[in-house]
Amino acid sequence: MKKKPTLKSSLTAYVYLLPMFIISGVFSLYPIVKSFLMSFYTKYNFYTDKVSAYGFDNYVFLWKDPNFHLALKNTLILVLGVVPLTVLISLVIALMLNHIKWLNGLFRTAYFLPFVTSTVAIALVWSWLFNQDYGLFNYLLSLFGIHAIDWLNDPHWAMPALIMMTIWKGLGFDIILFLVGLNNIDATYYKVATIDGANAWQRFKHITLPLLSPITFLVTITGIIGAFKIFDQIYALFNGQPGPGQSALTVVYYLYEKFYTDWKYGIAAASGVVLFLVILLITLIQFRYSRKHVHY
Amino acid sequence: MTKKVGTFLLYFLLLIGAFTMLIPFLWMLSTSLKTAPETLQVPPIWVPKILRFENYSAAFKTAPFMRYFINSVVVTLTTTLGQLFISILAAFAFARLRFWGQRFLFVLFLGTMMVPGEMLIISNFVTVSALHMVNSYAALIVPWLVSFFAIFTLKQTFQSVPDELYYAAKVDGASDWRFLWQILVPLSRSSIVAICILQVIGSWNSFMWPLIVTNDERFRTLPVGLQAFTSDAGTDYQLLMAASTFVIIPMVFLYLGLQKYIIAGISKSGLKG
Repeated sequence: MKKKPTLKSSLTAYVYLLPMFIISGVFSLYPIVKSFLMSFYTKYNFYTDKVSAYGFDNYVFLWKDPNFHLALKNTLILVLGVVPLTVLISLVIALMLNHIKWLNGLFRTAYFLPFVTSTVAIALVWSWLFNQDYGLFNYLLSLFGIHAIDWLNDPHWAMPALIMMTIWKGLGFDIILFLVGLNNIDATYYKVATIDGANAWQRFKHITLPLLSPITFLVTITGIIGAFKIFDQIYALFNGQPGPGQSALTVVYYLYEKFYTDWKYGIAAASGVVLFLVILLITLIQFRYSRKHVHY
Repeated sequence: MTKKVGTFLLYFLLLIGAFTMLIPFLWMLSTSLKTAPETLQVPPIWVPKILRFENYSAAFKTAPFMRYFINSVVVTLTTTLGQLFISILAAFAFARLRFWGQRFLFVLFLGTMMVPGEMLIISNFVTVSALHMVNSYAALIVPWLVSFFAIFTLKQTFQSVPDELYYAAKVDGASDWRFLWQILVPLSRSSIVAICILQVIGSWNSFMWPLIVTNDERFRTLPVGLQAFTSDAGTDYQLLMAASTFVIIPMVFLYLGLQKYIIAGISKSGLKG
């Protein structure tokens, strides 16, 4: 049925595509090229948009800058702190939700609600929950005789606070996807397995887990990429600072600071390229891995 | 017997979990209705003696939240509708029409989805400044008018409509344009609604870009305005929480009303990815 394109059919299609071409040309394709170029600008005048020198200086700077190393390290901690727990908790909740009918919708609503809320607004609420003297969390801890923690001003606790909030905000999304996955598993597998004498744990291990692996893989990858890009909640939680003593400085926050506060466009662009390469690498791993190891 | 205990345990755990998820919202609402001394009470109280709805008007007086709200509404609606229009046209071309470079363009645009938006913010800011668009609605709206996610989702939906319908319409003398708007779009209603809601939520909550391209109060959207407000309100947490509630509530209502579309949208798009 597929016909070969002709001049006429092509022209028609281009008219339909024109608005997309214009906007994405200016605000997606051009900036992609420009960002790569910009990362090699070493002398740049923002006002005149004139570049007087190119080179690898920005990358050398990143290579040597302890703050960038810190940002990479923090981002990695964030990924490791957020992703496995989010996937695990949401899997457990989805499994539980899958077993009940009554009130199911109400529970889903509650678990998913954080996902639709403004990160900035809810981070503000969390900063109030984390308040050292009057916050709810420290009050609850005091009931167990635990001393008040200065969550947001103690460099040791800033990251755990950020991780807690991020997990809370992301659970709903993963739960929804797990529920879809569970829904797609054919019930006859379980029936046959039960007849064959498999117990609940064996059915979970040999049916649910393998058949769910594409979803698990998907939410892991989206989770990792999402965690790499965290910015809003840091900004709002720590009131426009990357945490006490840079303790919550992430790659995107670093990019923002270099760009917006320090006006070092070249360095900011270079850190953006690094972020892009990392995400590209994760995506490529996803493609390879999902072909090889995910059981359908 | 064990089954009953199991079900009870299940509900018990789910209830605790759901309650934990809702604590920040409850704490926010509760604080927003307290007096200043009540916010500092230890142990904290959940229901204040008198519900002080005045906090909301007080917050409105301290910062131009009405203006922020209008800005957010304008930006969100324009972005969503403009994006929908552009996406429908582009998705139709990719799904139904044949043109030179089709495969190449498809892969090219699919590939750009991998590029993190954060990386593009710098050069987009330079572009917006060069076009003298800083502090304008245009700066808040135009860069977001193309969503490849929306285009690809719609393309998929359009392709699921049987070819026969297209040829029948052609035989009846309908133009591509009429087929698109009178047959394809109405048939894809639920997909379109899902895309729109997800975009509304995204636009409403978007922060980094509006923060960068607005420094004039008149063009701030709600999240940026709220963030600026935190430095003015200082430790008046009842006002801060009232303002936060005001930012969050519209999306909560939207979600409660159109839940099934949102869930369907996420399930579909997530699974394709």
